[in-house]
Amino acid sequence: MTREEYKNIAQACRSEIRKAKSHLELQLARDVKRNKKGFFRQADLDETFSVLPRRTDVLLMSPWLAPIVWEGTFNRDILNAQYRQKNSVVGVATFAVKKYVRFIEGFLGSANKFFLSGHRVNFYLFTDHPEKVPSMKLAPEKRLFIIPVQNYPRWQDISMNRMDIISSHIRSCWRYEVDYLYSMDIDVQLFEHIGVEIIDTLVGTISSWQYTEPRENNSYERRQESRAAIPSGEGDFYYAASFYGGSVSEVYKLTTACYKGIMEDRASGIEAKWHEESHLNKYLLYHKPTRLLSPEYYWDEELIRPRIVKVKRLSSVHKDLKEVRF
Amino acid sequence: MHKDQGKTGGVKGYLTKRRLYVVGCITLLCFSFGFVWNTYNDTWEFTSSKVSYIMSNNTQDLDDFHKVNLLSNHTCFLEDLLQVKLPRMIYTKPQILKPSRSDVLTMTPWFAPIVWEGTYNSEILNEQFRRRNVTVGLTVFAIKKYVVFLKKFLETAEMYFMVGHRVNYYIFTDRPEEVPEVVLKEGRNVVVLQVQNYPRWQEISMRRMELISNFSQRFINEVSYLVCVDVDMRFNDQVGVEILSNLFGTLHPGFYAAERQSFTYERRPASQAYVPSDEGDFYYAGGFFGGTVMEVYKLTKKCHEAIMMDKANGIEAIWQEESHLNKYFVYYKPTKILSPEYLWDDDMGRPEILKKRRFLAVRKNHAAIRNK
Repeated sequence: MTREEYKNIAQACRSEIRKAKSHLELQLARDVKRNKKGFFRQADLDETFSVLPRRTDVLLMSPWLAPIVWEGTFNRDILNAQYRQKNSVVGVATFAVKKYVRFIEGFLGSANKFFLSGHRVNFYLFTDHPEKVPSMKLAPEKRLFIIPVQNYPRWQDISMNRMDIISSHIRSCWRYEVDYLYSMDIDVQLFEHIGVEIIDTLVGTISSWQYTEPRENNSYERRQESRAAIPSGEGDFYYAASFYGGSVSEVYKLTTACYKGIMEDRASGIEAKWHEESHLNKYLLYHKPTRLLSPEYYWDEELIRPRIVKVKRLSSVHKDLKEVRF
Repeated sequence: MHKDQGKTGGVKGYLTKRRLYVVGCITLLCFSFGFVWNTYNDTWEFTSSKVSYIMSNNTQDLDDFHKVNLLSNHTCFLEDLLQVKLPRMIYTKPQILKPSRSDVLTMTPWFAPIVWEGTYNSEILNEQFRRRNVTVGLTVFAIKKYVVFLKKFLETAEMYFMVGHRVNYYIFTDRPEEVPEVVLKEGRNVVVLQVQNYPRWQEISMRRMELISNFSQRFINEVSYLVCVDVDMRFNDQVGVEILSNLFGTLHPGFYAAERQSFTYERRPASQAYVPSDEGDFYYAGGFFGGTVMEVYKLTKKCHEAIMMDKANGIEAIWQEESHLNKYFVYYKPTKILSPEYLWDDDMGRPEILKKRRFLAVRKNHAAIRNK
């Protein structure tokens, strides 16, 4: 056929397709008007049953098949339905020592609203100033336990001894009170819901500082003398010590092992580069977590949030480190 | 023991009662000591499932399983936990900004991984399972003429299935003398279980659920995981510990890209396997499913009960036990899903997304082999 003929036919086809498309769209709009529920079911259908991935910009699963929790990859309704069958209780251990008591109100207020809302949570607040804890009204399924604790001159020691305190409390009473236990820093606030997607046997949060760095740039402890040393050529992710947890038994194993490492280091006169975070990273390298939380779950507010971190659920509170630590 | 004469009642009567009382106390003490001793020596995980299985032997309600599991979790002894620590391993660092596969769905909305080639590191997984001392049971049914598939099945399983781990092949057959002799690697056994056959092939297929659930009492003492597959298949590539999870199913090769409405669920409300047209996540294949013994027991028991209820109502689900399996998975979601790599028929071609074909259907003449 001639070029002219071909052009005419192609044009005719295009206009027919355009007409058909607009007809279909009109049909769809009419359907929505008539039956809104049906439309949502249709939308849900497309969302759930496609073989295509929901997010192609990030890694969704570790090489040992542990899910990495990112916005848009999970359905909280299904997870809630599954979780409710288990009738579990979650414990949160947090420490407000010396000047850090000023963060209590912000933390508890936002956690009360956004942390596992609708589910039973026991907040275990360790503080050396129990009288400074503001009285707060919590949701009916949330309970607050204030536990007095001693302070230490060095903030690094306060940070590291958290491991020992958590370990001994699990051993003595928490194993009878809760099924899952999370350790969270107090100087944080929640801005978005954190739900049952965090509940699993051993959970670590990927640090917002180093998730794109190659292994050599991760701030693992590298000195061989320390118990937290990770040899070069090893390491999966850099985990943040500000938010980790899991089942009561796994957290017990983790905190006991980390504290043992800390004590052995003390005896050798060495302190790991990032204190208990270094020990945590060593532990999670050789005891792989069963679920990983993306940096959405602990975002350092000093950093500019990139596009891949669509939601900032939990963020550190701005503070003057020199003033608050010493 | 002194004879107390004339104190209370007759001499003989008093002694017998007292002796019985003492013997009873000692027996009770021995039993409780034995029970505590056994729970002490078992691993945390296995203990809770074992205890709950034994305790709820009579109450087959699924909710009771959950409650008992929780109870045993609370009272476990922390000091005796089995630490599974991995050795030093060298491998490429996982990259946050580079998904392992961007052409397929690798995780369900309830965090069950979908296992495709490239999503996992076998080395890490093998180490984890080796340290947990896992034995895997593979159940297969070779009834009537289907015994002819056993040789190829077992030979290829030896090459590709759970290599390096302990495996028990459970072969259910009505012709035990026709089970072929296959050379097995170390740590692997064949267990032949004689069962009855049925005239209709559909009946044979459905009764698999009953048999697996009945034999679970034996399986729970021998293996940690059960993998239940069809026999008219051959292994073609690695099928390893990446498939193991609490409860897993496989995406049916004909429906992995299909829409919900075209899934061949049972659509008649009269059947127990009925799934409404706006429900259901995937269409799972009846020829490859599994999980921990406990979870497979729960699944097969539920499916068998549903099949019997359908029988009583004079209805048979459109795809027999596969329909019931799919119904189960809608409401008890699997914790891991295997991609169609794990159950493929070469007649369906070789799409781009299929990087490996691990478990393939063997050509058979349906008319010749069924019902004979």
